[in-house]
Amino acid sequence: MTIHEPLTGPLTNTTKPGTAASGGGLTVRGLRKVLGGRTIIDNLDLSVKEGELVSLLGPSGCGKTTTLRMIAGFLEPDSGSIEVEGQEVSHLGAENRPSAMVFQNYALWPHMTVAKNVGFPLKLRKMSKAEIKERVESVLELVSLLHHKDSKPARISGGEQQRVALARALVQEPKLLLLDEPLSNLDAKLRVKVREDIRKIQQELGITTVIVTHDQEEAMSMSDRIAVMNAGKIEQYSTPEALYARPETEFVATFIGSMNRIEGSLNNGLITEGPDILGIRPEDVILADTPFPGAVPATVERVVPRGHFQEVYVRRADAQLRSFVSGALMQPGRQTYAGIRKAMTFRDGRLVAEAGAAL
Amino acid sequence: MAISTGSPIASRTRRPLTPDSIFRRVLVGLFVVLMVVFILGPLLWLGVRAFAGNWTYPNLLPDDWTLRWWQVVVNDGALGIAVQNSLFFAPLTVLVSAIICLPAAYAFARFDFPGRRFFLISLFATNAFPKMGLFVTLAALFYALNLMNTILGILVVHVLGTVVFMTWIPAAAFAAVPRNLEEAARDAGASKLRVFASVTLPMALPGIIVAAVMSFLASFDEAQGTYLVGAPAFMTMPTQMYSLVLNYPTQVAAVFSILLAIPSVALMLAAHKHILGGQLAEGFQIK
Repeated sequence: MTIHEPLTGPLTNTTKPGTAASGGGLTVRGLRKVLGGRTIIDNLDLSVKEGELVSLLGPSGCGKTTTLRMIAGFLEPDSGSIEVEGQEVSHLGAENRPSAMVFQNYALWPHMTVAKNVGFPLKLRKMSKAEIKERVESVLELVSLLHHKDSKPARISGGEQQRVALARALVQEPKLLLLDEPLSNLDAKLRVKVREDIRKIQQELGITTVIVTHDQEEAMSMSDRIAVMNAGKIEQYSTPEALYARPETEFVATFIGSMNRIEGSLNNGLITEGPDILGIRPEDVILADTPFPGAVPATVERVVPRGHFQEVYVRRADAQLRSFVSGALMQPGRQTYAGIRKAMTFRDGRLVAEAGAAL
Repeated sequence: MAISTGSPIASRTRRPLTPDSIFRRVLVGLFVVLMVVFILGPLLWLGVRAFAGNWTYPNLLPDDWTLRWWQVVVNDGALGIAVQNSLFFAPLTVLVSAIICLPAAYAFARFDFPGRRFFLISLFATNAFPKMGLFVTLAALFYALNLMNTILGILVVHVLGTVVFMTWIPAAAFAAVPRNLEEAARDAGASKLRVFASVTLPMALPGIIVAAVMSFLASFDEAQGTYLVGAPAFMTMPTQMYSLVLNYPTQVAAVFSILLAIPSVALMLAAHKHILGGQLAEGFQIK
C-alpha cells in the first residue's frame, strides 16, 4: 500500500510547507497487526506533515482505532515503524512517547478536579507548583474553562469534559496530538461547534494531529487530508476536495458523499448494459422541464424534502436516478427531462474513467 | 433503615386504593413490624438490660437502674485484656490480609493467567465447609507446627476468615476501574507503578475500604477458631463472651455486648459516609 499524494489543490495550514515526511510530523511505515488470527492492519503506510491535521476515516472495524492506538503506544505493532519528528517511537511505551491522546469517552479521572486532571501530566514532569498552576490556567483559558477549574469532571457537561480532555492533551505540548472519535459523544449542534474549536486551536498551535472518525462530514470539514480506510488498508489519502471529486475506488466514492450506483456504462448520456459500475453524484443529475442536450424524458417517482434541497427520484427509460434539486418542491408523477452531467466508471472497484456528457 | 413503604408511586399519581395496593401496604407494614421486633427488639432489650438492677417478670421496665455492671466490666482485669486483645488482632488481621490479598485481587482483576477462575472460586472453600470442622483440622496442624496458643496461630485463623472479602471485593473494584483511565495516565507520562498509585488505587479505594471494614468486623467477631487456638492464653472479646454468659449475671453480658458493638457501629457509620458520599455515587461518564 502506497501513499497517494494529494491530486489537486495546495495543502493549507502546514507550518513548514514542503517539509520532507521524514523530517517533522509523523511517518508510519509497513505497520502490521494481527489480533486473534485476523489481520487488522496490513502493511499500512501513512505520513503526516508537520502541523497538518489528518483524519483516519472509515466504517467501524476498518482498523482506524487500532492504528491510532499503535501510534499512541497502547498496542504493540507486529511489524513496522512509527516515527514522530524523525524519532523512532515504536519500541517506546505510551508514557515515553511525544504524543498526547484525547479519548473517545474523555477518560477524565473522576477523583481529581479539572485543574488536577490537566495538571497531572505536568506533575509527572516534576514541574514546580507555581509553573503547573500557570500552565494549567493558561490552557484552561484557551479552551475557555477557567471557571470550572475546581469542579469534578462529573459535575460538568459532556462538551466541557471534552474540552478538559483536550486541555489535558495540549498542556503536554505534544509533538503529535491524537484524537479518538472526539465528537461522537456530543449532540449534533455541539459537535459542529467543538469541531470548529478543535480545528481553530490546532491551527493556532500548529500541532500535528491525527483524528479517528467514522463521520465523513466531520472529516471533510476539519482535515487537511483524509485517509479513507477499509479492511485494514488505506484506500485513498487525499485532500477532502480531491476525495470527493476524484475518488480512486468505488468504496471511497460510496463512503464519501452520496452516489447513484448503476451497473452499466454511459454512452451519449444514456446508460447501456456493461460489466462496469457507474457512479453518478446526485448533484450531477440535472432535471429540467424542457429538453436539453443529453437529456432523456423522465418521470418523478418520489420526493424527499431535505430542507435546503430536495432529493428527487426520477425514472428514465434506462435507469432510476437520484438527484439533488433546489427550488420549489416537485410533485411525484411530474414529467421532466433528466441528464447526466458527470459519471465515474469503476472496474474491479477502481476508478477507470471519468466521463462528462456534453451539456 | 431504608424501608420503602411502597407508596411514593401511589401517592404521586394519587391512585385510588385498590385491593391490590391495600394488600401491598399490609405486606410492607408487616415487614416493618417484623424488622422492628426481631432487629430493634433485642437491641432495645440489651440496652435496657445493661443498666437494669432487678427486673421481675411481668414488668415492662426494670425495677431499679444501676451502673454496677459497667463497673464490673471496667474493673475486671480479664475483660480489659480481652478488649485489648481484640483491638490488637482486628487491625493486624486487616493489615496482613490486605498485604496478602490486595495484590492477588489486582492480579485476578487485570491478568488472565491459567487457573484464574479455579483460584477465584477456590477462595470460597474456607466458607464452604462448616467452620468448626475446618478449625479442628487446623488445630491438629497447629499442634504439629507449635502454633497453638500463639499470636501467629490466631492471626492465621483470623486472616483465613477474611480472604474471601479481601480478594473478591477489591478484585471487583479493580476490575471496575476503566482501562481508559489507566491508559490516559500512561499517555500523560506515568509509569505503571504511578498509574496504579494515582489512578487505579484511588478509584478502587471505596471497594477496598468496604473489604477492610468487613474484614475488621469478621476478625472482631471471630470466636470459634480463636477459642480453639488461642484460649486460654489469648482471650478476645467474643471468646470472653462465652465465659461471661456462663459465669456472670446476664447484665454483664449485655454491657459487654454493647462494648463489642461500638467499634462495629462506628466503622459502619464511617464507611457508610465515605462510600455513599464518595465518587462511587457520583457516576461518571465512562462506558
